[in-house]
Amino acid sequence: MSGLHLNNVSHAFNSGNPVLNGVSVFVAPGELVCLLGPSGCGKTTLLRVAAGLEHLQVGQVTIGERVVAEGRHGKHIPTEKRGIGLMFQDYALFPHLNVLENVTFGLPENAADRRQWALSALSRMGLADYAASYPHILSGGQQQRVALLRALAPEPRVLLLDEPFSGLDVTRRVDIRAETLGLLKETDVATLMVTHDPEEAMFMADRILVMDEGRVIQDGTPVETYFEPLTAFVAALFGPVNRLQGMVRDGHVATILGDFGAQHLEDGAPVEILIRHEGLRLSATGQGAEIQPGENPCKPAPVDNENSAGACGRMLSARPLGRSSHVELVLTAEDGTEIILEARIPGVFLPQPGAEVLVTANPRQTHVFLAS
Amino acid sequence: MDKANSLMRAFRRLGFDGWAIGAVAVAALVATPLIAVVIIAVAPSGDIWSHLSSTVLPLYIEKTLFLLLGVGVGTFVIGTGTAWLVTMCRFPGRWFFNWALLLPLAVPAYVLAFVVTDQLEYAGTLQVWLREIFGWKNRQDYWFPEIRSLGGAIAVMTLVLYPYVYLLSRAAFLEQSVCVLEVSRTLGKGPWRGFFSVALPLARPAIVVGVTLALMEALNDFGTVEFFAVPTFTAGIYDVWLNMNSVAGAAQMASVMMVLVLALIGTERFARRGQRYHHTSSKYSTLPSHRLESWTAAFAFVACLLPVLLGFALPAGVLTAYALEFYSDTLSAKFFTYAANSLSLSAIAAGLAVLIGLFLAYGSRLGGGPVVKAATRFASIGYAVPGAILAIGVMIPLARLDNALDGLSQQVLGIPTGLLLSGTIVAVVYGYVARFLALSYGTLEASLDKITPSMDGAARTLGCTPGQALRRVHFPLVRGSLLTAALLVFVDCMKELPLTIILRPFNYETLATFVFQYASDELLEESALGALTIVAAGILPVILLSLTIVRSRPGHPAGGMAADTGPEVAVP
Amino acid sequence: MRRNFLIFLIISLLGMTGAAVMSGTAPQEVNLYSYRQPFLINPVLDEFTRRTGIKVNVVYAKKGMLEKLKAAGANTPADVVLTVDIGRLNELKKAGLLQPVRSAVLENNIPAHLRHPDGLWFGLTTRARIALVSKNRVKPDALKTYADLADPKFRGRICMRSGKHPYNVALIASVIAHEGEEGAEKWLRGVKANLARKPQGNDRAQAKAIYEGVCDIGIANTYYMGKMATNEKKPEQKKWAEAVRVVFLNQGGRGNHINISGAAVTRNAKNQVHAVKLIEFLSGDFAQKIYASQNFEYPAKAEVAIDPLVRSWGDFKADTVSLEKIATLRATASRLVDKVRFNEGPGS
Repeated sequence: MSGLHLNNVSHAFNSGNPVLNGVSVFVAPGELVCLLGPSGCGKTTLLRVAAGLEHLQVGQVTIGERVVAEGRHGKHIPTEKRGIGLMFQDYALFPHLNVLENVTFGLPENAADRRQWALSALSRMGLADYAASYPHILSGGQQQRVALLRALAPEPRVLLLDEPFSGLDVTRRVDIRAETLGLLKETDVATLMVTHDPEEAMFMADRILVMDEGRVIQDGTPVETYFEPLTAFVAALFGPVNRLQGMVRDGHVATILGDFGAQHLEDGAPVEILIRHEGLRLSATGQGAEIQPGENPCKPAPVDNENSAGACGRMLSARPLGRSSHVELVLTAEDGTEIILEARIPGVFLPQPGAEVLVTANPRQTHVFLAS
Repeated sequence: MDKANSLMRAFRRLGFDGWAIGAVAVAALVATPLIAVVIIAVAPSGDIWSHLSSTVLPLYIEKTLFLLLGVGVGTFVIGTGTAWLVTMCRFPGRWFFNWALLLPLAVPAYVLAFVVTDQLEYAGTLQVWLREIFGWKNRQDYWFPEIRSLGGAIAVMTLVLYPYVYLLSRAAFLEQSVCVLEVSRTLGKGPWRGFFSVALPLARPAIVVGVTLALMEALNDFGTVEFFAVPTFTAGIYDVWLNMNSVAGAAQMASVMMVLVLALIGTERFARRGQRYHHTSSKYSTLPSHRLESWTAAFAFVACLLPVLLGFALPAGVLTAYALEFYSDTLSAKFFTYAANSLSLSAIAAGLAVLIGLFLAYGSRLGGGPVVKAATRFASIGYAVPGAILAIGVMIPLARLDNALDGLSQQVLGIPTGLLLSGTIVAVVYGYVARFLALSYGTLEASLDKITPSMDGAARTLGCTPGQALRRVHFPLVRGSLLTAALLVFVDCMKELPLTIILRPFNYETLATFVFQYASDELLEESALGALTIVAAGILPVILLSLTIVRSRPGHPAGGMAADTGPEVAVP
Repeated sequence: MRRNFLIFLIISLLGMTGAAVMSGTAPQEVNLYSYRQPFLINPVLDEFTRRTGIKVNVVYAKKGMLEKLKAAGANTPADVVLTVDIGRLNELKKAGLLQPVRSAVLENNIPAHLRHPDGLWFGLTTRARIALVSKNRVKPDALKTYADLADPKFRGRICMRSGKHPYNVALIASVIAHEGEEGAEKWLRGVKANLARKPQGNDRAQAKAIYEGVCDIGIANTYYMGKMATNEKKPEQKKWAEAVRVVFLNQGGRGNHINISGAAVTRNAKNQVHAVKLIEFLSGDFAQKIYASQNFEYPAKAEVAIDPLVRSWGDFKADTVSLEKIATLRATASRLVDKVRFNEGPGS
């Protein structure tokens, strides 16, 4: 076994509340695994345990073939002997050293080839002119790249990234993410990255581990995790959702938007249906904006497949966001209760408030879970 | 082997590693004199406590509390007030006051006490002059405040101790982000209200540390209160020791004082528990300086001038005048040897105190939990213990060790070694470190606190052992504070008296002990040159100190050291 | 750079230790713990070295000597202790830190009442604690006894240094010795009520206060009067001395309280022979003359003349109560000062 292996790690701080609860993570060489979860879920602690900055309490940490930490009173290889790289959220560049000195900090005195590598990497990243500058004059993006190069310079077998892009402007983030991914893919390093940004995780990861309250609750590829969430929590983590309540009847749940399959659930179980904002499709029902009073312009939509359904809704608001539009609409159930749904529609979609629209849900983005 | 391993594991279970064990060991070494004092205190002291409590104890407590209150308020007002003026306002002389306000730090309190009394008493310059002007004939013709009084002691100590508060609060003001101050302006607070509602609370930890240092010095002072005949708790300790012949009783009183100081510091820490004073904004620009107009500028000028004038210019001037008249007494003694002794002793002690302080602060930063923290805090409480009592605490364990070594050496080698440590200046240096560790440890702890822990992590993941990380990352980052700590300890060692006088070897005089043999009989004039040299030796460090503060401001264009941590002093 | 500094530190510390060890074992030396300021005794010690070839090493301190001797035990480097009052000598004796000395020279030079019967300590000079009274404002014979100091007629007219100063503690102890604790307390309360100001300053400051009109009566040791009267460097002190008259107290009764400066050989002295030689020298003509003429003390050796200035104040009858008794009553006296809150001054 090589790469990074955290086996059944549990951890608690002085207060006694467990931060990690039997977590196991495996990262293969060349693989990039993202730990995704809300703040406080223990993901950063896991990273620090892997690095040895936090003493292991329960479990085992293996790097390459070597067990580096075992149990509370067992083996503990100090951080500096583990052959890992760690990039901190605040980058932690040494303010008293210039850029080149920062990057070469972890290199032995005689590593001429790696020094050469550092210089060429700097120029590849467009930082050649800054080699002799001190960190505080660099922009956030530049600091991030220096921190990454510094972590990679000693050729670690394992790279740990703690929220590496959170300090960057949204506009720069996308470019730097791609650049970082490119750089990592050139190496054979096993990378464990912590983030709370699902889009970032989707973009970067070969595998995503979703964490909540000190446990790993799902482990899968980005596509699996997004389209087949195991819990409502995971589903909601990847973006805003509409929530509907229902009850299982004959393997189906009837909702205002139609029936959804729930074969895996017991009959009579109360369930929660989560529909992603982008999983709602809207189509104008009238022939234009004018709808005659008293007329019901909604026509039942054709059924695509067994899960697909549709209903008529009234626009409350619509705001363009650039690449997409955010829409709020209200549906009236048979018993007269109103349900407000939100949707995200590609492009510019701006019916007048009050307009009637046909709402359908994409079954791939609709998930049924037992109500908790 | 296995046994050693399981021992290590047992230690680790307590949250110990090599550094923590080292830190506790060093802390224990430094704290040994304090522990010795506590051990002496365990011996019975007869009915001393009942005698004291039925007679003078309430008086000691009352005078001590008023002294502390007076010095506390005085150093706070002068220290933070002048610091605010020179950092935030523009008025004539500001750059001069920037460093000149630190100068009284170099003046020993007993010297100022002597000079002030000399000038202000009946036969002193001021009263002679008043009598001439108003034609008063004798004492009964007018009222003049009693100089040798609690008020006099408070004034003198405030004047020589306010620089601690000034030093720390100025550093804190310089560090404050402009944004925070500007926010307070936009919320409708003028510069003065901004000072009270934003700048002052933000600087609280630094100010508290400065005031605490001043109070600890005031608490353990003996020379000044004896001269002014103020019966403080410390004066009582000496009385019990020397007049009632009870070392145990004196040690008990000193132990009570230590406990009170620890409790006081603990209370303050508890009061601001949960509050964090890290700066949230990292944007710094040149501080806006508020230009003062005519009257306010004149007020600021006078407010800054007075402490410098009274705390430094007056004693330095009077000493110079005496020195010109009585230099022969000083020069005929081995003045230059004494000066060399003072300088080398203080330099060695400052170096050691800084190294040990750094080691302890870094050791407790590395972890080790409450045991290490408690040990280091206790080790730096020596600052609050009266010097002569601490000297006894240094002497007894060292002499024990010497005698044991001597016995061993006689047995094994047949050669007597005599008093290897307690009979030499090793004892003096040990005493200095035990006494002044608070200055260096506190300074460096505060400075290290400002380095984000991810720096440590980064260094470690890049292959540094904790020691290498200290050398390659922390050491360069706290350079400024190392200098500050060394200078503070140096200046204090130059002035130090009771430890030096009790622990020094034969024929060994420093400037302070030389001055003391005259000052002890209120004959300071004869040794004025010596006293003046002590003051002069403090000036250069004080100016250096001032320069490091200005250099240390984040964003200040000084060699790209954006995170160079400013000089800061702290106590446990 | 840091390593170099460390090495420098270690070498200098070792060097200093080594040097001390070397000097500590060199022959022809005698080591002196002195409660007396070096500038007062250096001329005498230099002469001793010149005559005998024995080097005298001195360390001066006002406190901590006893603890230092005790802690070092058998290894103490100190051979001789020099003190300025009986209290310290007695404390050293009680702690078992002194050794008996038999010396014909000392027994010949120092009268029996000024030395310990077994030779544990030797008085070298005596000083009388006298009253200084204003020449203008106090009539001759108005003040004759210590008891008079407590007389209400002197209300607000007396100045004194701290009641806790060893000289005053010894004086109060002598009052206890004669009049018992209760009598002494009554007396001390009376003196306190007569104070013009809170006790402060040294003995000279009391003469100065009389000169300035703060008070009319001060308490001081005799030699201060001599030093003020002959102070060429600070002529203003001559005026203070001129303003006052020396009054020996209780001349019709028990006599004026005296104290001694003295010397003793430590129990673990390594240079015992030299130590005795030094004390003998201090009791001899040369040293005694210097004590008398430069420090205006009363030499212990009867054959040595008193300074003419001191003689001009007249002969006096000294209190003959045992010095050791006074020493043992010091703690009681000190407590008495607390009890009557003497140091808080009048009106408290």
